Amino acid sequence: MSSTATKDHPQLAAIFNRDEPRVDWHDETLWWVRAKRDIAAHKLPEWELLRETASQIKNNVLSNLSTYLEQFEANAINNGIIVHWAANAEEHNKIIYTLLEKRGISRMVKSKSMLTEECHLNEYLLKQGIDVIDSDLGERIVQLAGEPPSHIVLPCIHKKKEEIGDIFHEHLGSAKGESDPKILTETARQHLREVFLTRRAALTGVNFAIAETGEFVICTNEGNADMGAHLAEIHIASMGIEKIIPERKHLGVFLRLLTRSATGQPITTYSSHFSKPQDGKEIHVVIVDNGRSIQLGREDFRNSLKCIRCGACMNTCPVYRKSGGHSYHTAVAGPIGSILAPNLDMEKYADLPFASTLCGSCSNVCPVKIDIHDQLYKWRQVIVKAGYTPKAKTLAMKGMAFTLSSPMIYRAAGKMGRFTFKYAPFAVNNGANPWYKHREMPKAPEQSFGEWYAKRKENKK
Amino acid sequence: MSSRENILAAVKANQFSQADLPGLEVLNTLTATNDDLVEKYKTIGSAGGSFVYEVAGYEAIQNILHKEFKPGVKIISGIKELSEYTYVADVKNELSHSFADVELCILWSGLGVAENGALWLTEEDMTVRVLPFIAQHLAVVISKTNLVPTMAQAYEKIGGATYGYGAFISGPSKTADIEQSLVIGAHGPRSLSVFILP
Repeated sequence: MSSTATKDHPQLAAIFNRDEPRVDWHDETLWWVRAKRDIAAHKLPEWELLRETASQIKNNVLSNLSTYLEQFEANAINNGIIVHWAANAEEHNKIIYTLLEKRGISRMVKSKSMLTEECHLNEYLLKQGIDVIDSDLGERIVQLAGEPPSHIVLPCIHKKKEEIGDIFHEHLGSAKGESDPKILTETARQHLREVFLTRRAALTGVNFAIAETGEFVICTNEGNADMGAHLAEIHIASMGIEKIIPERKHLGVFLRLLTRSATGQPITTYSSHFSKPQDGKEIHVVIVDNGRSIQLGREDFRNSLKCIRCGACMNTCPVYRKSGGHSYHTAVAGPIGSILAPNLDMEKYADLPFASTLCGSCSNVCPVKIDIHDQLYKWRQVIVKAGYTPKAKTLAMKGMAFTLSSPMIYRAAGKMGRFTFKYAPFAVNNGANPWYKHREMPKAPEQSFGEWYAKRKENKK
Repeated sequence: MSSRENILAAVKANQFSQADLPGLEVLNTLTATNDDLVEKYKTIGSAGGSFVYEVAGYEAIQNILHKEFKPGVKIISGIKELSEYTYVADVKNELSHSFADVELCILWSGLGVAENGALWLTEEDMTVRVLPFIAQHLAVVISKTNLVPTMAQAYEKIGGATYGYGAFISGPSKTADIEQSLVIGAHGPRSLSVFILP
């Protein structure tokens, strides 16, 4: 993503917006997923109580995180799991590389893990000469295309089946022009089965880690995490410190919320609980901080650590749906990603909290009741104060402050504006005005409210 | 200091004052319904792509399997009563990779969930962890007395049980990654047949 690193959200969205029919299609597909979420949620009369309970459990987790982490570690070790700690992405990648290198393993199969995307593990391992194959179908497709995922649950939601057909034709030998999802999925099944059967190491993410039992849970529909982990001799699981939940029974709350919020399914096909390694095999868990403990200390933003990565906020976001996941230039796109990313690098991701209409739809669908749109608004204030706003925005704000600082200047500016709208509409209805994009400018009134009010008062006399 | 100590110290310094855990009792009682769980399971399971059969006994299961699977294909069973198939305990020590050509795997589940069609299987039920994933087709047998309404009751039933590995399986392996078209049979079984015994 080095090519996108210097561009910000509006610039990247403009690239995505060049193809209007595709934007409409992207918008409609995600809204369809959002609608499925609504149907699933409305089927449970206790839905709101579930959300509230989940949010409270996560509150308790965040207030006791250090204790729960130690408890999880002790129980996991007791179960025969080997536990590692990584302060940042670099250490995480190094730990994994060392585990592979020690065993002389140069090929690994990977199940979906947004944390490894955040750490850029694939690129790192590739540089060390390790071949990594992503086994989630959507992730495999973007991997073959040389792109990062554009959505945390639906990694290749931005791709058309014909494009996927071309990628499979080039890399997996499917017939030219083949675009039937059934046939393409079968092609991937055959290709990845071979991978599963030949890899000695498997890496997975972690959806939930249970302090009470030292086990962790992975949710997939494809069964790829299990195929990889059960066939490999070493299973490495990467987890962020916030993945902890206190007790096993709390899964009864989170598993009911996760997929209903994500895709509208009542549960994933597989919810796999890993507690002990198989005889003669190893399970390693890498517990990663990478800025999370800092976010925990930011009172206004710590709630973002409650996120269970369902993607509901992305599916419902009018900005995400019309700008595409890649325009966020971060591993976790959309509203929640725009809260998480500035914590890691405020300057690089200063644009993201502004990539929102603050309509609040994200907060309304969040299964753990994160105040997403409020946090985005709060980030804007932090970023402006820290001086990371784009130049144009800073200038516009200064102009606004100047105009609003004196009633005389304000009135004069209003008059000038109405005059321009009336006699020189071309001065505002052009490409230089960002508000004119995709929008008809309004007709200016003949007089200002102040003028109208004064006149009315005069007439009443 | 090691990363472990550093992380724990940073977390400890930044976590806010104590917030209590909520009770789950209200939620769990709310969801403990008296609905016909078999009917509900059948509806939800079928919607999730499973074939759900209510059967009188093992003979009925055998008859259905005879119709669905040609003689001669590799079938492994974890159920003693289905005695014509290779019994899973007898192949327990074979390398996991040797199950790549298994056509059908039949296992027992002691817990099913009506709200989502999920069946709980532990390593004990599977004997070999990879079996219910690597087989081309999966069949699970469960008694209707082992069905519960929601995940809340499911975890009440699992309680503090110890297992090396356990999974809720709610249907055949599937994906919708290509333009959101649902395709059954991603990496795991292409079908799940659920047999509900009285």
